[in-house]
Amino acid sequence: MTRTIFRRLVAATLAASMLLPGLSACGSSDALVIYSGRNEALVGPLLADLKKEIGTEVEVRYGGSAELAAQLREEGEAGNTDADVFYSQDAGALGALSEAGMLEKLPKSDLDEVEKRFQADDGTWVGTSARARVVAYDSEKVSAKELPSDVDELLDPKWKGKVGYAPTNGSWQAFVTALRVLKGEDGAKKWLTEFKANEPQSYENNVAILDAVNDGQVPLGLINHYYFFRKAKEVGADKLRVKLHYVGGDDPLALVNVAGVGVLKGTDKQEAARKAVAFLLSKRAQQYFADETAEYPVRDGVKSTEHDLPKLSGIQSPDIDLTKLSSLEQTLKLLQEVGLS
Amino acid sequence: MISASAIAVGIVALLPLGYLVLRAFERGTGVVRQFLVREHTLDLVLRSVGLTVAVTLTCLVIGVLTAWLVVRSDLPGRRWFGVLFTLPLAVPSYVAGFTWISELPGLAGFSGAYLVLTLVSYPYVLLPVMAALRAGDPALEEVSRSLGKGSVSTFFLVTLRQIRPAALAGALLVALYVLSDFGAVSLMRYDALTTAIYTSYRASFDRTPAAVLGCVLVLLAVVITIGERRARGIAANFGQARVGGGTARTAGATPLGAARPPALIGSVALLLAALGVPVYSLVRWLVTGASAGVDPSRLVVATLTTVQVAGLGALLTVLFALPVAALAARHPGPLARRVELASFAGHALPGITVGLALVFLGVRVLYPLYQETPMLVFGYAVLFLPLAVGVVRNAIAAAPVRLEEVSRSLGAGRMATRVRVTIPLAAPGVAAGIALVFLTCAKELPATLMLRPTGSNTLATELWTMTDAGMYGAAAPYAVVLIVVAAIPSLVLGNALRGSQGDNGGAR
Repeated sequence: MTRTIFRRLVAATLAASMLLPGLSACGSSDALVIYSGRNEALVGPLLADLKKEIGTEVEVRYGGSAELAAQLREEGEAGNTDADVFYSQDAGALGALSEAGMLEKLPKSDLDEVEKRFQADDGTWVGTSARARVVAYDSEKVSAKELPSDVDELLDPKWKGKVGYAPTNGSWQAFVTALRVLKGEDGAKKWLTEFKANEPQSYENNVAILDAVNDGQVPLGLINHYYFFRKAKEVGADKLRVKLHYVGGDDPLALVNVAGVGVLKGTDKQEAARKAVAFLLSKRAQQYFADETAEYPVRDGVKSTEHDLPKLSGIQSPDIDLTKLSSLEQTLKLLQEVGLS
Repeated sequence: MISASAIAVGIVALLPLGYLVLRAFERGTGVVRQFLVREHTLDLVLRSVGLTVAVTLTCLVIGVLTAWLVVRSDLPGRRWFGVLFTLPLAVPSYVAGFTWISELPGLAGFSGAYLVLTLVSYPYVLLPVMAALRAGDPALEEVSRSLGKGSVSTFFLVTLRQIRPAALAGALLVALYVLSDFGAVSLMRYDALTTAIYTSYRASFDRTPAAVLGCVLVLLAVVITIGERRARGIAANFGQARVGGGTARTAGATPLGAARPPALIGSVALLLAALGVPVYSLVRWLVTGASAGVDPSRLVVATLTTVQVAGLGALLTVLFALPVAALAARHPGPLARRVELASFAGHALPGITVGLALVFLGVRVLYPLYQETPMLVFGYAVLFLPLAVGVVRNAIAAAPVRLEEVSRSLGAGRMATRVRVTIPLAAPGVAAGIALVFLTCAKELPATLMLRPTGSNTLATELWTMTDAGMYGAAAPYAVVLIVVAAIPSLVLGNALRGSQGDNGGAR
């Protein structure tokens, strides 16, 4: 009896797959395939320009940077990836692929465009835009004088239960890695233990922290700068209670991190892939980051016409090799030891 | 034939588990032990189990009460309530979670995760119980009443036992849903096994701990599934008391009396919480967000894609489910038990794990189909097989074998019997299965992100894109359309289960 229903269903499935529009009919093998861990809403228009600029067909697959890195590793181990370029939200995912030997060395001409601190030591990836770690604060509850001037001041009992952070977020983990690099393993462990004892409030992501500070739920939040500027553009800066504090100096709270790009080893689109990397470093793309995503350009001479961004050169940041930020495994281990993950 | 296809489906359903074991043990058993015996792991298990138990018990109570109110009481407007009570199925847990946390930030933690998961998953209990109540023979209850029991004790002594298998089947789905949920727990910042799995992929790029935790989840799912089967097995024979011929009547409405106002208030409060809050919050985003400019063509394309992939996913899933369900309903035994168990094992896994398992399979074995629609549809079938197996099994089991025998004895052939007797009897259940899987596919996110054809978007992936970028105003239209697309099959579902079982259930 079920056999008949079975047959009908087979027929229905086949008929449905033929009748409905062939949305799966892309995947032309000539196209340059970019796996983008950067959000389509942020970089979609830029990647559309990229397509025009490099003159070949481009397909972009969006996802989370870490999820795409995991997917790329599964594909890479099977020797079967369609991806030619990996465009990542953070250096960590690029570092993981580089360590797995999946990224190609980039040409010197591209690497020379960008400051050394914003690229891989072995030249397998290069930063395309930068973001600063900042302290978001509730301007109705916290005066500018009270703001912490370094990471240790967050441990003060006056901030007990009053600091928002995003434990599962890449930006938080990058900060903790910077903490390890700057303070050493023992120093970082001590800081994290005391930070935990000060009862920080955990949030899903930077946007949630920004909203929580703005709604008066938590007075301080550890976030990246651009979330504020995007929010300010959406609702108007004067309507926001939340304001930004740049700590500056050689402090993990002043970390400047990058989004970056790498080319997959074994790509059959060498030239198109290199053009794509060069485009992301071009003046035009850099202007896009400054204006549209409120990020810092990684090359000189580009200034935002949309956002009131402080100059990157004016923000002191710790002298950290960003490739070290991919040593996330130890960071995670430390966070689990301390009980903050 | 049925056994062979059922075994094939069972093997397909075990693929994610095979992948997990491979990844968990790729660095040796020592590493596995190291991750397993950590205090943190035990803590996560307890947190996941605690949440699952709390949500499942609450859903049992809410699901049974609401089903009884809709089917057996004289609650005013009960037909409307019957329709509205099923609608929360259409609200994805990440949308419900987001709207609740943005309206009431203090909910974060266990209470928030508990509330949101209860509100979106109680219909899994409501639907089968509603069907069972319609099909149940009121004669037993009348006997109880005639022997001097009041309506309250009759409910506990008789009705509750009649609906027990249905309620337990629903509770199983709730439990597996809660175990595998990532959206609500992460938004409510409640650390559970699934959040740990995600953190592990995102932060360390290390697959081993994620795979070990995945194995723990599967183990929990197996324990729960076996437990449900034990409980159902004991209960299954109760209610089959009608000996010989005769047809059960439709039960009359029990007057609520003084309980009417609280029942009405409770029903309205439930709907306000489960539907009112998300709708209110979405409307507020739409109105206040300056980013609310929406591209209509993009919305239309995403809607069509969602309907296409979810529709194909639903058809294929039910196709896979039929042999398993037929085996379980018509030929119970060790084979049926094993295959059914296999079909449930993967259901407790979060989408990212199943997604990566399918990536693993896709790039190695099915490469030409990798990141094409068929692969995504296949992924849905692996993920949501248990949903369809449960519903279809009940539908086939409820179609009495005796009617087939009567048809044969009256001279109709095998084919004619199938076409004229069995299909009409089981078809509403099959349709209900398709509807349930359709709406679940439409809401699915992590596996869709990995397996969709490059460049194509569903409503769920668009919603993810917008909210990930903090553009809630622009995200709202996608959330609204997604809820509408998922609400249509949930209406069908309510109707199919209400109508069919009521019409045919009496022919026992």
